Amino acid sequence: MVVANDPLATLLLKQTVEAFLYHEANLLDDRRYQEWLELLTEDVRYWVPMRRNVKFGELEREFTREGRDINWFDEGKDTLTQRVNQILTGVHWAEEPSSRIAHMVTNVEILEATPTAAAAESVKLRCRFIIYRNRVATETDILVGRREDVLRRVDGQWRIAQRQVFLDQNVLLAKNLTFFF
Amino acid sequence: MAITFQPSAYSGLVDREKGMVSREIFVNADIYAEEQDRIFTRAWLFVGHESQIVKPGDFFVSSMGEESVILCRDRQGEIHVFLNSCMHRGMKVCRYDEGNTPIFTCPYHGWSFATDGALVGVPFYKDAYHEELDKSQWGLIRVPRMANYKGGIWATWDENAPDFLEYIGDFRTYLDILFDGWNGEEGGTEVIGGIEKWLVPSNWKFPAENFIGDRYHNISHRSVDLAGIGPSGQGRRDTREREGAQALDISFPERGHGTIVFLRPADAQPVPSYQNNPVIADYFYQSEIARKERQGQLWRILGGPGTIFPNMSYLPRQPRSIAVWHPRGPDQTEVWRWFLVDSAAPPEVKEFLRQYYIRYSGPSGLTEQDDMENWNYAHAASRGAMARRHHYNYQMGMGRAVTDFEDAGLRIPGTVLDVTKARAGEQNQRSFYTRWADFMAARDWDELAGWRRENRFSTTC
Repeated sequence: MVVANDPLATLLLKQTVEAFLYHEANLLDDRRYQEWLELLTEDVRYWVPMRRNVKFGELEREFTREGRDINWFDEGKDTLTQRVNQILTGVHWAEEPSSRIAHMVTNVEILEATPTAAAAESVKLRCRFIIYRNRVATETDILVGRREDVLRRVDGQWRIAQRQVFLDQNVLLAKNLTFFF
Repeated sequence: MAITFQPSAYSGLVDREKGMVSREIFVNADIYAEEQDRIFTRAWLFVGHESQIVKPGDFFVSSMGEESVILCRDRQGEIHVFLNSCMHRGMKVCRYDEGNTPIFTCPYHGWSFATDGALVGVPFYKDAYHEELDKSQWGLIRVPRMANYKGGIWATWDENAPDFLEYIGDFRTYLDILFDGWNGEEGGTEVIGGIEKWLVPSNWKFPAENFIGDRYHNISHRSVDLAGIGPSGQGRRDTREREGAQALDISFPERGHGTIVFLRPADAQPVPSYQNNPVIADYFYQSEIARKERQGQLWRILGGPGTIFPNMSYLPRQPRSIAVWHPRGPDQTEVWRWFLVDSAAPPEVKEFLRQYYIRYSGPSGLTEQDDMENWNYAHAASRGAMARRHHYNYQMGMGRAVTDFEDAGLRIPGTVLDVTKARAGEQNQRSFYTRWADFMAARDWDELAGWRRENRFSTTC
């Protein structure tokens, strides 16, 4: 349903969702990757398109297409698990020594709650993020963008069922994307 | 635009006899600036693929060395490559990555150029220029030489450069593995939408030499091999087809190109691979059978990573892609990566490859992430005054390469180092830097086309 119908329930839901997003960010920043994987539904979709400079009026071509084009990420839990496993080998040199990462999540908006805000089983939300990464000595990346997530309640717990990440860069200014958005 | 230089002292920084290369050529800003002139204005450079510009008016903005260029198909269907800089005051006439347009209009003073580069519009042409400006002389700067080889578009700024096919010479045998269909059909490949572009803090030659044939860096990829992302679910690639094969490092020191290959035994048969899905496994198996029928003995050559001098590298099979290492200062490289699939492959195969490509390559790829860490910090640790005094060692397998390698009646073109037992060698890297030194020393293409002199020598003696 459209959430504006029930502002109080939406406010409470937003509080719950924000707490969940902050918890998730903490897991990532604390390098608790296995626990982070547990926050993802088995059928999770994780998509990070690349972004083109296109003419006014052709903005539908700005992002590379999910399921069609090459994207920075376009995958499910199997590949995300491989990424975590790779970090946990201890010999993934791009993350060894480990990066210091901070996820800032802000501008959280509930776009949709199903069936109702008061008894939501699924929530669509939009937020902004800043990811700060510092590694080795002076290597520093700051990545900023918009995120659209779908959270779903599984066995009473909120889980991430979909994540779409719209990064505000054309040529990627970071040499790698060894972290999670 | 025939390009002539005085000989440069920098070519001496490559010690061919000792197999050593000065770190200066990676980190020194003066040498970098000379490279831009001596190498990137004279060599053939990869610009893009014709499948990116199918319709008249389609364009793709690319790069030749540091400079932005427009790859474009004009209204008549002709392909062009132009410098992306207005002839009046230099503004980029196109700041989009790709698209379709009838005209490129400069946003600064409004000069406009047709898709064949011709200057067609000049504001105040009558009142301010009194109709005296000769528009025919002020079209966009066009590359004097361009080649479309099996869909790959290449260009050079030097009108005296040899034809592209002469430039690659017998390396063509290996480059064909990249551009031909998996079944050996000529040029049966297309680019998947979405070109990866990202910055790596390293000199452009680190990745170029890595791809020309560094079999020695297996330790770099230990973690991805453990994670298991290959097409059959293990390692990072399928390796069963290599069983019993000889490992050959192949290069052309007189041209600077090189690749690593595996040479299957003379009695080898196609083996199943890509086994996670029966449709995909069948496609590759049938393609191998067809390729073997079409190519006979040549089918035995399993292509591996390679580099076309100076800055185009590729993986012909797993994952099938092209990288260009655009120089962006001595300490920075902008990498562009194109991914290729067989045009005629079923959608399931294309989709499977798309996913494999994403998890293997580029900044999000489990394999390539670790390469970039090496290039980054090898470069960083070579910049110091003390570090620069010590040359890099390229001595592995020196003096053991041959130029007449043959196996069971199959002649292998190029300078070949058999590393089946050794497992690694550095002949390809030596060939790359030999050619680098040639480019830095040579006055013009008469000097650079050394193979012409060898031919003359061999026919007159």
